[in-house]
Amino acid sequence: MTLRDICALVEGVPVSGQSRLDDIVEFAFASDLMSDVLTIKRDQFLLITGLANLQSIRTAEMSDAPYILLCRGKEVTKEMLDLANEDDVLIIKSKFSMFRCAGILFGAGVKPVY
Amino acid sequence: MQFEYKVEGGDFTQAGHASSQIKKSLKQLGVDSSVIKRVVVALYEAEVNIVAHAYRGVIYADIESTGIKLTLEDEGPGIPDVEQAMRKGFSTASHAVREMGFGAGMGLPNISENADNLSIETVVGKGTTLRIEIKF
Ligand SMILES: Nc1ncnc2c1ncn2[C@@H]1O[C@H](COP(=O)(O)OP(=O)(O)OP(=O)(O)O)[C@@H](O)[C@H]1O
Ligand SMILES: [Mg+2]
Repeated sequence: MTLRDICALVEGVPVSGQSRLDDIVEFAFASDLMSDVLTIKRDQFLLITGLANLQSIRTAEMSDAPYILLCRGKEVTKEMLDLANEDDVLIIKSKFSMFRCAGILFGAGVKPVY
Repeated sequence: MQFEYKVEGGDFTQAGHASSQIKKSLKQLGVDSSVIKRVVVALYEAEVNIVAHAYRGVIYADIESTGIKLTLEDEGPGIPDVEQAMRKGFSTASHAVREMGFGAGMGLPNISENADNLSIETVVGKGTTLRIEIKF
């Protein structure tokens, strides 16, 4: 599924890395624990998280998974935007909870990593 | 090629800077992307451990045609029981560290899994040195 479709499903707003909206992801993983995310061997998955700080962006960068769905309307700071744009990481903001985002995307066929 | 980076304990805004720079260099050298991911995941976890658990540290990276050697030397409390620290789920991370998205007790086991060689030297009350080797 394209990130553009994902964005529409969660009624999200892309705030950085918009050039990646036509990229396709098959898998997603939802977590607020970055060390957990960093154990994933796969790359190019969507990170669904409520963690709004520089480390979620760094984790996406190190994981070769430059797609973040930030739930619950968490604020994206100027520092986060600068880093995300520098690393070309797409951040989509959604007002929905992590549970709701994950449920919608799972129902739409995005696959779980485990 | 050799690189050196300073790391400040507690400074989460800089955590990941060294890993990001190394990632760019390895990409330029045309190293296989799955190997790059193993290197930067291990380095990032080790870098965050200095920020989260130590006072300050230095990262040395030595890139050769056959692989990379990373040395992370920190001044800090040291690790009293390395075997325990290596266990999945063991963590002494503070509340502040957990709020940054860390403290699951998965870092050291994950470094070990990604490294071809890992050694940990530590002196309680002085600091810790991690040596990570990954072949290309
Ligand atoms: N450089 C260090 N200096 C002092 N103690 C350390 C250092 N690195 C790790 N430790 C100790 O080992 C424990 C386990 O480390 P590990 O990286 O596996 O987990 P964590 O850092 O607590 O959480 P996570 O890495 O999952 O975010 C830490 O909680 C800490 O007690
Ligand atoms: Mg750790």
